[in-house]
Amino acid sequence: MSDFETVASSENQAARRGPSGEPGAPNQVGVQKPRSLAGDAWRDLRRNPIFWISLVLVTVVTLMAIVPGLFTANDPQDCVLSRQNAGPSGGAIFGYDFQGCDTYARAVYGSRASLLVGALSALFTGVIALVVGMLAGYFGGWVDAVLSRVIDIVLGIPLLLAAIVLLKRVSTAGPNARITAVIFVLAVLGWTTAARVVRSSVITAKEQDYVAAARMLGAGNGRIMWRHILPNSLAPAIVVLTIALGTFIAAEATLSFLGIGLKAPTISWGQDIDTGRIHMRESSTPLIVPSAFLALTVLAFIMLGDAIRDAFDPKLR
Amino acid sequence: MTNSTVQPTPASATPEGGHLLEVRDLYVEFRTSEGVAKVINGVSYHLDAGETLAVLGESGSGKSVTAQAIMGILDSPPAHVRSGQILYQGRDLLTQPEEQRRQVRGKEIAMIFQDALSALNPVFPVGWQISETLRTREGMSRADARRRAIELMDLVKIPAAERRIGDYPHQFSGGMRQRVMIAMALALNPKVLIADEPTTALDVTVQAQIMDLLADLRRDLGMAMILITHDLGVVAGVADRIAVMYAGRIVEHADVRSLYRAPAHPYTKGLLESIPRLDVRGQELATIRGLPPNLMRIPSGCPFHPRCPYVQQVCVDVVPHDLVLGDGRTSACHFAQEVRDDSAR
Repeated sequence: MSDFETVASSENQAARRGPSGEPGAPNQVGVQKPRSLAGDAWRDLRRNPIFWISLVLVTVVTLMAIVPGLFTANDPQDCVLSRQNAGPSGGAIFGYDFQGCDTYARAVYGSRASLLVGALSALFTGVIALVVGMLAGYFGGWVDAVLSRVIDIVLGIPLLLAAIVLLKRVSTAGPNARITAVIFVLAVLGWTTAARVVRSSVITAKEQDYVAAARMLGAGNGRIMWRHILPNSLAPAIVVLTIALGTFIAAEATLSFLGIGLKAPTISWGQDIDTGRIHMRESSTPLIVPSAFLALTVLAFIMLGDAIRDAFDPKLR
Repeated sequence: MTNSTVQPTPASATPEGGHLLEVRDLYVEFRTSEGVAKVINGVSYHLDAGETLAVLGESGSGKSVTAQAIMGILDSPPAHVRSGQILYQGRDLLTQPEEQRRQVRGKEIAMIFQDALSALNPVFPVGWQISETLRTREGMSRADARRRAIELMDLVKIPAAERRIGDYPHQFSGGMRQRVMIAMALALNPKVLIADEPTTALDVTVQAQIMDLLADLRRDLGMAMILITHDLGVVAGVADRIAVMYAGRIVEHADVRSLYRAPAHPYTKGLLESIPRLDVRGQELATIRGLPPNLMRIPSGCPFHPRCPYVQQVCVDVVPHDLVLGDGRTSACHFAQEVRDDSAR
């Protein structure tokens, strides 16, 4: 028997428990907590102020999108021209815009459309990227050649130009159809970077011995892709998608700003920034407030993605 | 050419003559952008139930590629099986459809790899990995598979198996990891276990433990084993027969005792002479001069001739056939008889 190894590994466990061992931990004594990559990343994240700041911001914005009533009592659609560009009063802490609507309430309610577009676009982007990247990376050969050229082609299409062309077709549609269209356009045009990341990490993972080992034990292609390669190539994709979520929100604002994204009655930051810009000389707060909301939200998601990436990168530890 | 290989020794004979596993005249090449590398050039060997065959050779001699061809896990491209047969219980694996081959893997023939850390999936606990095969191939329930995984971990002598089943591969020491790998390979009760340099990544004390474990398991479970190694020291105590490979060919094939006593191929002789010995001190260690051949330009005639101390003109011109010597051994050398008599002295 391997007494030497046994001793060594129990010493290891003791050493491992040492620094991280919180005395009040609910774990029973002697049972060592498994240290996985995710566990290590979490320990890293806990100590990172950037992570906490971005997490708080993301939580606040998400809450705002789900229950805007928590943040303002005013109705963003309640616009009275007599209050045009009026200063702060009542709940309207940032005053009123050109149409006499509560600037703050509009910014709060605008988060819903922005987050919805950002999150769903990122989700669909992720699905497309995972499927394409997995197939290209795993099967290689002509599958890879074809899919990689498709990625190159889509990557070559300018986002705004294509979005303008595609969204013109739905210019008369209702608010829900418009949101769907914007999400569709962003996902269809925005999956390429993530797909390349997935493809490269799949190629790395498929060369690993554990894939050969799984095949040796009789696992089929589907099982190997789903169970062995996907979990090992997911982390970089998650990071790319978190960052992409921020840029999708900004892209939605850009499209709405240009008048081809979301339209009234849907409230969105992009539209408000556009109207605020027109009337900037009369009052600047209706421009500054939605811009600040947008900037903070995008920043929060990008910082979150960054922090997660750093935490999952063992070389930076 | 295959009938010239060794006769099965009485202890390992299979009734009715057929071998459990037989590789016949296998040719494999790697087609790369720089040219065609002839990795396997007519390898034949067989394995009978319950015996251990050691396949010995230096890096690039094709010993692992042969094993990968048997498992059907060659990376192709670039690998390409040009000709040959791999018979398992009389059926040729190479002509079987992929779906049928998949049934053979793990259940009939399983393999353990050199580096257990990279052969285990880092994101899943080891228990999950052992039981995955049981759940998908045997349709076991989660609880049954877990119980069986603990049994297997006990079988390969992992202490406190029940407690360690939820641990991740990186939490195990090298030797323990190799044991996990072995447990995984044994999950479906294979009849043949291919161990591809199972101890190369381990330090010497642990090497011996793993070799002992493999020998015990082979005996207790009645498996046949192909042990691939470049370490002559590892082989001696475990194997029944040895096949020595050089440049994609089997150059010598013999039972362990006669091979160690009197190697009949200059390459084997050179290998044995270059083992450091405790009783010969203060002398320079014998080596085999030269380098292993470039597989894209294998030397004419006998591929070993540029490095061979017995070289004659015939070696440069003529590819030697497997010469059958007494007691069921073969040697692919024009001067096999002389070499053996030389070594016996």
